[in-house]
Amino acid sequence: MQTILGIDYPTWWFLVVGAVFTGYAILDGFDLGAGSLHLFFKKDESRRIALNAIGPVWDGNEVWLVIGGGALFAGFPEVYATIFSAFYIPFMLFLTVLILRAIAIEFRSKESMLWWRKTWDIIYSISSTLIALLLGIVLGNVMQGIPINKDFEYVGGFFNLLNPYALITGVTVVALFMMHGATYLIMKTENRLHAKLRVLAKNTSRFFVISYVALTMATLIYLPQTTEKFRTHPYLFIIPLLTILTIINTRRLLEKGVFFKAFLSSAFTSALLLITVTINLFPNIILSTINPAYNITIYNGSSSQKSLGIMLTIAAIGVPLVAAYTTFVFWTFRGKVKMDETSY
Amino acid sequence: MDIEVLSRVQFAFTASFHYIYPPLSIGLGVMLVVMEGMFLKTGNKTYEIMTRFWIKVFALIFGIGVATGIVMEFEFGTNWATYSRYVGDIFGSALAAEGIFAFALESGFLGLLLFGWNRVSPKVHFFSTVMVALGSMFSAIWIVVANSWQQTPSGFHIVGSGLKVRAEVTDFWAMVFNPSAVDRLSHVLVGAFLAGSFLVLSVHAYYLLKNRHIEISKKAFKLALLVATISGLLQLLTGHNSADGVSKNQPAKLAAFEGHYDSLKVADMYLFGYVNQEKKTVSGLKIPRGLTFLLYQNFTTPVKGLDAFPVNDRPKQINAIFQVYHLMIAIGVAIIALTLLAVFLWWRGKLFKYKWLMAIFSYSVLLPQLGNQMGWFSAEMGRQPWVVYGLLRTSNALSKAVHADQVLFSLILFTLVYTLLFALFIYLLNKKIKHGFDEHDEQPIPEFSKRNNPILN
Repeated sequence: MQTILGIDYPTWWFLVVGAVFTGYAILDGFDLGAGSLHLFFKKDESRRIALNAIGPVWDGNEVWLVIGGGALFAGFPEVYATIFSAFYIPFMLFLTVLILRAIAIEFRSKESMLWWRKTWDIIYSISSTLIALLLGIVLGNVMQGIPINKDFEYVGGFFNLLNPYALITGVTVVALFMMHGATYLIMKTENRLHAKLRVLAKNTSRFFVISYVALTMATLIYLPQTTEKFRTHPYLFIIPLLTILTIINTRRLLEKGVFFKAFLSSAFTSALLLITVTINLFPNIILSTINPAYNITIYNGSSSQKSLGIMLTIAAIGVPLVAAYTTFVFWTFRGKVKMDETSY
Repeated sequence: MDIEVLSRVQFAFTASFHYIYPPLSIGLGVMLVVMEGMFLKTGNKTYEIMTRFWIKVFALIFGIGVATGIVMEFEFGTNWATYSRYVGDIFGSALAAEGIFAFALESGFLGLLLFGWNRVSPKVHFFSTVMVALGSMFSAIWIVVANSWQQTPSGFHIVGSGLKVRAEVTDFWAMVFNPSAVDRLSHVLVGAFLAGSFLVLSVHAYYLLKNRHIEISKKAFKLALLVATISGLLQLLTGHNSADGVSKNQPAKLAAFEGHYDSLKVADMYLFGYVNQEKKTVSGLKIPRGLTFLLYQNFTTPVKGLDAFPVNDRPKQINAIFQVYHLMIAIGVAIIALTLLAVFLWWRGKLFKYKWLMAIFSYSVLLPQLGNQMGWFSAEMGRQPWVVYGLLRTSNALSKAVHADQVLFSLILFTLVYTLLFALFIYLLNKKIKHGFDEHDEQPIPEFSKRNNPILN
């Protein structure tokens, strides 16, 4: 098998896919979280400011999901095919709320009637929350494994997917994004809205810590086998430890008023959580609850060496470009929200 | 109902609905580059007002295009899992390249395009416009390459057996430049230029009819007419090349286009007609031996007909394919005639003299839209029963884990959401157009606090 720096291609692509989804969780995470918090802002002007805070970037953030989907399809077609057909109904609902959310953002400002704006506000906020919840449900099922047979076909029903563990994961993701979104909005706002958000940030981080603890306990009870890697490699405990430290650090930085650093620290929390999940899984991607021999791994589920090599080249050219102009866009719109005639 | 039918209907419906928007954003992207380029070159404020207006329309179209596009990317996995396993090695890299080179470029710079007017210099703003336009074209490139690979697979080999059989890439560039890729891509892109330029033509023709924004509309109309005329004529060439390619690579599809059954006969070309699938005859107005002439430049060479293929290997709905294909061509001819007439009148200095001409143009946006849709229906129905031509049948490409009632549920869901979406889109587009150009846009933009902001009030 061909390698780069001693690491084989499937592992590299696993890292790429992991990095893209982490990027997605960090970037779309804050605008989805801002959406979940939207109804806490009462005045139309506050809601406009919150919306314009994500205005120039939310579309670019969502692209990471598209890239992630494409990267999964390209590198691990078996995983893409299995997971998307297994989670048929959740993904259809996910797509529906994704569409509703996008048009809510676009359409809200197009009319000034109160009922129009309120309707879109509600749709925007609920769909943002549902997106996070559904993503979490999928993640929870991936973590505990799903019934797939030797042909990698899903043989369970729809309600298999709505188990308590997956729901706890869903709520944790909602809480994580809310906390992250509040941190982002604090950075972008001033005066009363800013003050309100600082209270919200405290409450959402409490909400997150509670659900994170619940999830960790559920993992130890329901999925003791997943912690095996942590027992055999005790140094890995540094990751959950760091996760807790970043949460405390975010709070500390917010108190100090260093908002950008607080936002970065909050982004690290998301990244560390996903790293925990991927360490648990590797080298599996989809665990079969029927027979571990049917697990889809990065080796039996990946594209050919040739294809992976091509795509690693594409990623090596593409990702730095995207990172460069994404940084440029964020930099252009840095600082507090300033509304002008182009705003939502 | 049958899961294959349901899944095909769902894919056709979601793809057709999605395809209302990307051609408009690709074409409008070109128009924006032209408009803003004129502004930078001449410094004429009219072009800036024009650009600002059309960027807002662009944003509306782009937003819905993105939302409906993500559906397409997920649908391969949800409804066509077996297909996804089969083509992932090849199709996946095109989709990944689309995401990273095209989609990210568009969406990244769109923020600057929309909200960056007061934050970046005019040159950087123009650069963003160019990047968004390029991004939308790159998107088309990768998607059409992937689709063309399914029509004319190349640069691959088949590995595995039974349920684990799949295509693996052996030559990336042979895969990208598969036999139909360049012809089909150029046909699709030019179709998109037509869609965008006709939207601009329609809206400004409407203003001219209503005696509003006269100066700006005349300028914009002329710019769009140039793009539309050149594109219309180019479409003759790309269309011919595409048909030529189909005759070589997918002869069953070409035979279906013209309802040509008998391989021993020279082939006619119909202007319109009706295929009797039982009797295997076509009745209608035809150019005798026209197809033979177009393909071989003589009047004697027979053209391979549907009878050369086993019934299982050729499309079933020959008449439907015949109709959508001929409708596409009729629309193409109408577009060329209309633009040439307008250019002729422009040359005679009478372009804006006739109300009827502006009335026709104000509805003309429907022409390329319908043409593009019919073109895709010809291409996709014509290649049945194959999803990957000659290799994988549509009926074998479905998700095994998904049941018909689930597909029915999602189909109803999409129908509801898309109906709502389309109604809102038309309502808001209509509102934007009726509203026209803001008065304050005519003057230099004052400070935010001093301005009467319509959104705040």
